[in-house]
Amino acid sequence: MGVTASELLDVTDLSVDFDSQEGIVHAVDGVSFSVAPGELVGLVGESGCGKSVTATAILGLTRMITNATVTGRIEFQGRDLLALPESDVRKVRGKDIAMIFQDPVTSLNPVLSIERLMTEGLELHLGLSHADAVKRAVELLQTVGIPMAAARIKDYPHQFSGGMRQRVMIAIAVSCNPKLLLADEPTTALDVTIQAQILRLMKKLSADYGAAVIVITHDLGVVAGMCRRILVMYAGRIVEEGPAKPLFHHPHHPYTVGLLRSVPRLDRPRSAELQSIEGLPPDLSHLPPGCSFAPRCWLATDECWQGAPPLFDTGTGRRSACFHRDKLLERAGAGVTA
Amino acid sequence: MSTASAAVPDATDTVGLANGDNLVTIDDLVVHFPITSGIVFRHKIGAVRAVDGVSFTVKRGETLGLVGESGCGKSTTGKAILHLEKPTGGHVLYEGADLAHLSGRALRRQRRRMQMIFQDPYASLNSRMTIADIVGEPLLVHKLYPRGGRNQRVRELLELVGINPNTLNRYPHEFSGGQRQRIGVARALAVEPNFIVCDEPISALDVSIRAQIINLLQRLQGEFGLTYLFIAHDLSVVRHISDRIAVMYLGRIVELAENAVLYGAPMHPYTQALLSAVPIPDPEVEEKRRAVVLRGDVPSPADPPPGCHFHTRCPVMEEGLCDVEVPRLREVRPGHWASCHLVADTSYPHIRAGEDDCAEVEA
Repeated sequence: MGVTASELLDVTDLSVDFDSQEGIVHAVDGVSFSVAPGELVGLVGESGCGKSVTATAILGLTRMITNATVTGRIEFQGRDLLALPESDVRKVRGKDIAMIFQDPVTSLNPVLSIERLMTEGLELHLGLSHADAVKRAVELLQTVGIPMAAARIKDYPHQFSGGMRQRVMIAIAVSCNPKLLLADEPTTALDVTIQAQILRLMKKLSADYGAAVIVITHDLGVVAGMCRRILVMYAGRIVEEGPAKPLFHHPHHPYTVGLLRSVPRLDRPRSAELQSIEGLPPDLSHLPPGCSFAPRCWLATDECWQGAPPLFDTGTGRRSACFHRDKLLERAGAGVTA
Repeated sequence: MSTASAAVPDATDTVGLANGDNLVTIDDLVVHFPITSGIVFRHKIGAVRAVDGVSFTVKRGETLGLVGESGCGKSTTGKAILHLEKPTGGHVLYEGADLAHLSGRALRRQRRRMQMIFQDPYASLNSRMTIADIVGEPLLVHKLYPRGGRNQRVRELLELVGINPNTLNRYPHEFSGGQRQRIGVARALAVEPNFIVCDEPISALDVSIRAQIINLLQRLQGEFGLTYLFIAHDLSVVRHISDRIAVMYLGRIVELAENAVLYGAPMHPYTQALLSAVPIPDPEVEEKRRAVVLRGDVPSPADPPPGCHFHTRCPVMEEGLCDVEVPRLREVRPGHWASCHLVADTSYPHIRAGEDDCAEVEA
């Protein structure tokens, strides 16, 4: 995939390998996707599927991991971040690309005040004076819904609740008007009622600032309400991609089908038994030769064990890495619960 | 309370206590954790009111779901029911016998009937014990099965939960999270309990593995006639597995009803908000739906608000009533209990998106 002028982020054939005692772990294995400006994209998968490592690589943080080997291209606004020297990446990281981490309890430095945490980026990237940075920080805290922001900016992270800390993190992330926000499980550590607050806030800020957001999560419900386009990852690869609505209604990959079937839904009648995906995700240092989902797949044939399926085009912006996608397309009218 | 020694307590003020089908009766359970100050002269300066007067019953053979957000006291309730956490007040009756009157050997004998499955399968299995030792330990403690038969029993248990019995001599780290949780289930089943407290048994597991464990728990319930108290924060999962559901908020039960009733016609404003906030994995449904977004956070249980604990976040709160008087959990309709001043016999508040604090957001 070439760089088109309309794309903000263009990831091409990204692979991240980690050298470990068990052998080489293929955390990310030839991932390609792109994100348009202002677009809300959901990156869905289970733990160990490589979704967080993909985000880490986009931020250029994998270069700090000594046993990691990164190949491929990550083009952000036309520049390949993997080829840039660290000094240039630093100008992008935290400014044009910002990250919201999963756990607001461990990702805010406990010995720094909210003021220090918030003004660091503003002074570094936008060149504001400390006084201006503080003023801007207070405005940002108000935007994300922190009451008495002017007083509370002197507080330390432990004086905030989990939901409030996540708001602070979001305020830090949007402080330098980023073009791209990476939100790695932004609500996993939060309660349902707080999750609703945070999702609503992220959606609003993305619209206000025109920032594209990649929401990384294992929770299909979180991306269903928020994202227009979905990427499904399994064992280091993207197995399905497409616009949210058709993808949720008629998945083109058996793994997506399995994921959707295995979660009970509040708006559907109760079923006697959940349809689980049997077996376990594969060991990333000993991947099966063909399709990595084949050992758990009810459609698998000999072909699936021979070689890994590429991402086939399945129409209207959709792609599926399955040799037997036609069998799913045939049943498409029946929906996932059929 | 007067119910202390009575086998079948007075039913007028607690949730359906008189029914003979009740396996476990929890009556006005209170668990307070002291907050202390000083090193040499340690003195109590306050208390975290984790569980603040909780009453309900668990019927024989049912699954009672206990839901609530983190810090609402649901796990502490589960532990206090097994007397793993000593209650500050109130009673737990198991088949009519008060656990507080038991100690030592008698309590241990009673515990054989009541077991627990823990949340984190990584932390709840001793990493230095083999699977045979972990699953066999309850048999040893309760002196069940002679030495020779014990190994055979462990193999049976492992097979029952879907673990290869030949892995008997392996250690927990050699198993995945889902497999470890299966081992935890085997350990709970070892002593043939009637009642199992499942404390967030699937929260630590991957999405595709969760369904496997839920199906396993349901199959075992059918096979052995088990009674579950299923503690979880995921309302969709609780709906799937439970017969009745109790909703907790800040140490108290705010609503309790049959599954279809609670999810179909929730009366308490908190339950309504909670249900509306659960994301549904369907973009089309999500588009039409507007979540009720509650303002603010859950208050600290060390300093709960006066009156109804929920009044600080409640969209329909009435001043002078909700912030003053504690609402009683009462049976509004047969089998449907709610603790809210605004719930009447014929009507209850219906809160919708828009009545919430969303002025700052949503175009």
